[in-house]
Amino acid sequence: MSSLSRDDVAKLANLARIEMTEDELVNLASQFGSILDAVARVQELNLDGVKATSHPQPLENIFRQDVVLPSLSPDQALSGAPAQEDQRFRVPQILGEAE
Amino acid sequence: MINKTAAEMSNALAKGEVTSVALTKAHLDRIADVDPKVKAFLHVDNENALAQAAAVDADRAAGKALGPLAGVPLALKDVLAQKGVPTTAGSKILQGWKPPYDSTVVAKLKAAGVVILGKTNMDEFAMGSSTENSGYGPTFNPWDLTRTPGGSSGGSAAAVSAFQAPIAIGSDTGGSIRQPAALTGIVGVRPTYGAVSRYGLIAYSSSLDQAGPFGRTVLDTAMLHEVISGHDPKDATSINAPVPAVVAAAKSGNVKGLKIGVIKQLQGSGYQTGVLARFNESLEILASLGAEIVEVDCPSFEFALAAYYLIAPSECSSNLARFDAMRYGLRTGDVDGASAESVMNSTRESGFGREVKRRIILGTYALSSGYYDAYYGSAQKIRTLIIEDYKKAFTQADVLVSPTSPITAFKIGEKSEDPIAMYLADVATIPVNLAGICGMSLPAGLADEDNLPVGFQIMAPAMQDQRLYQVGAALEAALVTKWGGHLISKAPALGGAK
Repeated sequence: MSSLSRDDVAKLANLARIEMTEDELVNLASQFGSILDAVARVQELNLDGVKATSHPQPLENIFRQDVVLPSLSPDQALSGAPAQEDQRFRVPQILGEAE
Repeated sequence: MINKTAAEMSNALAKGEVTSVALTKAHLDRIADVDPKVKAFLHVDNENALAQAAAVDADRAAGKALGPLAGVPLALKDVLAQKGVPTTAGSKILQGWKPPYDSTVVAKLKAAGVVILGKTNMDEFAMGSSTENSGYGPTFNPWDLTRTPGGSSGGSAAAVSAFQAPIAIGSDTGGSIRQPAALTGIVGVRPTYGAVSRYGLIAYSSSLDQAGPFGRTVLDTAMLHEVISGHDPKDATSINAPVPAVVAAAKSGNVKGLKIGVIKQLQGSGYQTGVLARFNESLEILASLGAEIVEVDCPSFEFALAAYYLIAPSECSSNLARFDAMRYGLRTGDVDGASAESVMNSTRESGFGREVKRRIILGTYALSSGYYDAYYGSAQKIRTLIIEDYKKAFTQADVLVSPTSPITAFKIGEKSEDPIAMYLADVATIPVNLAGICGMSLPAGLADEDNLPVGFQIMAPAMQDQRLYQVGAALEAALVTKWGGHLISKAPALGGAK
């Protein structure tokens, strides 16, 4: 039986940038055991020598000419922005002043 | 008029028996009448739909050459970007977002003169099998309003089943077109991976996602399939090859001499009695039409569900990182002095629903160092084994078949507290996605125990989509003769105030 603690889930939530409530952390930790047991079935087979498939198509890299094509205008690109300033996305502070 | 097939509507439009404006109005009226009960739509686009319809009517009056679906109304799953029209993917994190561009599917629909009635409800970011995971409330199954229509494309399936639109677009990552088609008694096709451009399709799991058509008949579904298919330089995984002749196949339906393989692993325990009864009946019909029925063995399919629930969450944990509250969508917690990181944490907490968070966390776990090989790595190897099982099976049969869903439509709330039970709804549809091949679900009748629709699944190799339509059309014709009409004519009327 697999299990994940409340603190394990909190660590994963932090990595995934989701500020979960205490209820959510406890709830997800309690469900995670059975979910992990279900997906851990992939470990039942001997997979030595089996190649991994990341994609269903046998594709090579796709190249194109490096030419400028019509694209979104600045106004269009900014049309869904939560905040903007001087034709740019306005974002919260990224670098702390104390650092 | 709304009870006709899309092919019949197309003929009536071409002959001038009806205008697209009248046809569109009739569907908008039907939506106004029944959607308060069904809740298939997140956004009904009256104004644009009527303008599009008027433009097609004007083009027709001017004698312009028009495609077969010009002027025919359609419902669009809210996972596809449509310029200037609210597009949410069923998530609160995209509430109010209006894309500044059209997805390729939408561009193709517009070029073909198809009238887009509005955007349909779905499980948030296409994660779910019941449409209950929508951030905007569930959709109800037109056959029984206490039940789910399946998912994740439940809104599109319900809209077609409730005669709110003759055809619709869905997307299928693990069965999200075929399973709701089965549960609502209509036809749904997941085309070969790469056959329909993913440009502007909001990503859940990029190596599995594929948009595709819904219709009430095999021919209607084929007509829509043809319109949205084709190579697109904007999608690097788009296949550069001619579109399979799906409409011709749907018109010629014939199974004489064809080998049909029944997958041993996709039946038996866990499958509802009435589902298996209708499935076996369809097999007998196909045999009576001259097909040879063989049994094929796909031993790795037993592990498909486990592999899928590692691969899809892993890809989703990466894809959904783009919802960072910086460039579009929701932003919360942006108070004076808040860091970018705390704004991201707060926005993603309030914008994502429960199932989306569950899958992001599962994917983050499966990809983390120390667990990567055991989980994601093993799942990718299982994926190889499933592809090999299919390859071998397709040397023994031209198409493969199974029930689409092990069960008929389940009650709202019945599985929403039990993620594992919900995941099992996709057990028969997932192998197709992992292998990147194509699959169809079409109605096989009603289960005796609950009088709810049962889906029959047909699978064909990559870029052999025409085989789905060839077999589907033959089976459909025989069943329609047997029933004295399409299964959908047995659905409840739902007629409301009018």
